Amino acid sequence: MNGKIVAFCCEHSAYLAADAAGKQGLHYPENLRVIRVPCAGRVDIIHILKAVEENATAVLVLACEDGLCQHLTGNVRAKERVKYSETLLKEVGIDGKRVGMFNLAANAPHKFIRIINKMNEMIKEQGEGK
Amino acid sequence: MIVAERKPMEEIIQMIAPYKKVLLAGCGTCVAICWTGGEKEVGILASQLRLARSNEENKIDVVQATVERQCEKEMVAELRDKVDGVEAVLSLACGAGIQTIAEVFEDKPVFPAVNTTFLGRPEGEGIWLENCGACGDCFLDRTGAICPMVRCAKGLLNGPCGGTRKGGKCEIDPDKDCGWVLIYRRLEKQGRLDLMQKYYPPKNFRAVKRPGKMQAIKA
Repeated sequence: MNGKIVAFCCEHSAYLAADAAGKQGLHYPENLRVIRVPCAGRVDIIHILKAVEENATAVLVLACEDGLCQHLTGNVRAKERVKYSETLLKEVGIDGKRVGMFNLAANAPHKFIRIINKMNEMIKEQGEGK
Repeated sequence: MIVAERKPMEEIIQMIAPYKKVLLAGCGTCVAICWTGGEKEVGILASQLRLARSNEENKIDVVQATVERQCEKEMVAELRDKVDGVEAVLSLACGAGIQTIAEVFEDKPVFPAVNTTFLGRPEGEGIWLENCGACGDCFLDRTGAICPMVRCAKGLLNGPCGGTRKGGKCEIDPDKDCGWVLIYRRLEKQGRLDLMQKYYPPKNFRAVKRPGKMQAIKA
């Protein structure tokens, strides 16, 4: 099994997409840990760093599509934070690509699966660790 | 407020390389406002340090603490229990805070994790602007309360240098405003342009004897 993938999922979009994927019986990697958040804007830099500290090989922040955040700018803020987290990780010699931000709608379970599989493939290629 | 910026990560890592347990001390006042050394930044830097030294042989234990003002001995003294259990202290406060913590806990090596840069104020989200050089001889009364010592790149006291760019930008840095254009516009608004005609003698740079010390008169 690959290293852990931690996905912070907005409960208005990505979490519902993950749920729908489960209901439709779509397969996704067993190393995925979904964390439900009230909005992607709730995910702070420290949450991303902590996940990496706790041996997550990849950390994803999955937010609503652009312009569709229920809290108006949560997904925009999340994007900035993910970008900054990449810089912080690079500073300590960790590949910034281990952190990713994607936008998806609640009715996009297939997109959810694609994102997770893509990340899983990437970490498989790069191998675990730094 | 005092503005500071975090040192490069390599420099921080190198400073604390010999130590296996450090206290990362933040300050909840100026450096917290300029997003450099508050409780949140302490958490982020602590996490980065743990990640940078995650190998078993050089693993580091980072104890985190933030006091309201690291430049006050009484507040720094609250850290005693935590300081006793570590080999060194890494401070995210300004230079005054770092020196206070070093004075209170003289037996512990204290290292700066920031470079203290200037006295200023927030200009916009994530932007801080230098306003005061703490020269000890304030003459803002003559300049519409804009300090040319700081806002003019050349620190000129009697009008602009002549190199002002179009749009009132500085000759040295086109991204910055010419301090004397700002002063002129402010005085113009106030109808006090006559102050621009006056000549002022060279500034007294010895107004504050370094190191500065002030004794308040008790009521």
